[in-house]
Amino acid sequence: MVSGEQMGKIRLAVQLLFTIFTNGYAYGFLGGKIYQGQLKYACVPGLNCYSCPGAIASCPMGALQALLNQKGFTIPFGMLGIFFIFGSLLGRFVCGWLCPFGLVQDLLYKIPIFRKRKRLPFHGILKYGKYAVLVLLVLAGSAFLFGGLAKTPAFCKYLCPSGTLFGALPLLRANEQLREQIGGLFYWKLGILLLILVASIKIFRPFCQYLCPLGAIYGWFNHFSLVQIHWEKDRCISCGTCEKACPVSLSTEEISCSPECIRCGKCVEACPEKCLHFLGKSTRAKKTR
Amino acid sequence: MSFWKKIKQKGWLWGMLAGLAFLGIGAVGGQFTVIWRKAVMICLECIGIG
Repeated sequence: MVSGEQMGKIRLAVQLLFTIFTNGYAYGFLGGKIYQGQLKYACVPGLNCYSCPGAIASCPMGALQALLNQKGFTIPFGMLGIFFIFGSLLGRFVCGWLCPFGLVQDLLYKIPIFRKRKRLPFHGILKYGKYAVLVLLVLAGSAFLFGGLAKTPAFCKYLCPSGTLFGALPLLRANEQLREQIGGLFYWKLGILLLILVASIKIFRPFCQYLCPLGAIYGWFNHFSLVQIHWEKDRCISCGTCEKACPVSLSTEEISCSPECIRCGKCVEACPEKCLHFLGKSTRAKKTR
Repeated sequence: MSFWKKIKQKGWLWGMLAGLAFLGIGAVGGQFTVIWRKAVMICLECIGIG
């Protein structure tokens, strides 16, 4: 069983190691080129642009749009498979532990310069933004709304800050030919990236909470994924410590099952009675919903 | 425990099996080749140029 004060350090170590491992093609950073090997048949679970010079596998959002951008209508079975496998096993644990852009936002939130906020005003409405992005930009946008006959990956093109940070900036630094082609679209995306990065210093993971279509997908799996935060209600003294510790302000009842829970484990770490834990005897059947 | 409760508790397993089935259908249909072809070229849209 994993619990206690080490949780935050373990999570940070996992995030760093996974980011380094999945972006380990060092030659790409030096030469301004990208990895072109067989591993790119596979996808990483988190948002990780395949145009990052270090990326050794594909981005699931980019891959989904690549399938939707084909001529005619294609049901993207391959990506449904990826989402069902990662989602059923991990749910939004992927967001909390394995997403490079989540790591960036976590690190920025640690900078002690603004008074921190867990969420934006109108959170109850704004949290549906990620579903709107999924439907309008990723699904409908890529399939027929943008680009006309030459379909375009609308989410990557107009919004994705991960692509700008991990793909565009390192590539443009090392590749002069690409630098010469910079135009308005790049500055639009750079603006979005800067806005999200600055917001991340004040608000906990604004992109994950309000805009990330991958979080919208994995959130659905939170209800039944294998990795859960189990709550032993019988031992709970209702002190509210877990609710205060939760960076996305979930109640004890909502923890783990809510689509907003990224399984960061801060509630597990904070619980004085140790009645919340990642692994161990399941008490979900006893829970009152 | 009712049949449906048991089914729900093993939701992750059913999800995994569905995922493997979808993955297989996608692989047979050549979808991962489409993904690979896209992923090994610099995606100009992704980096804000295309």
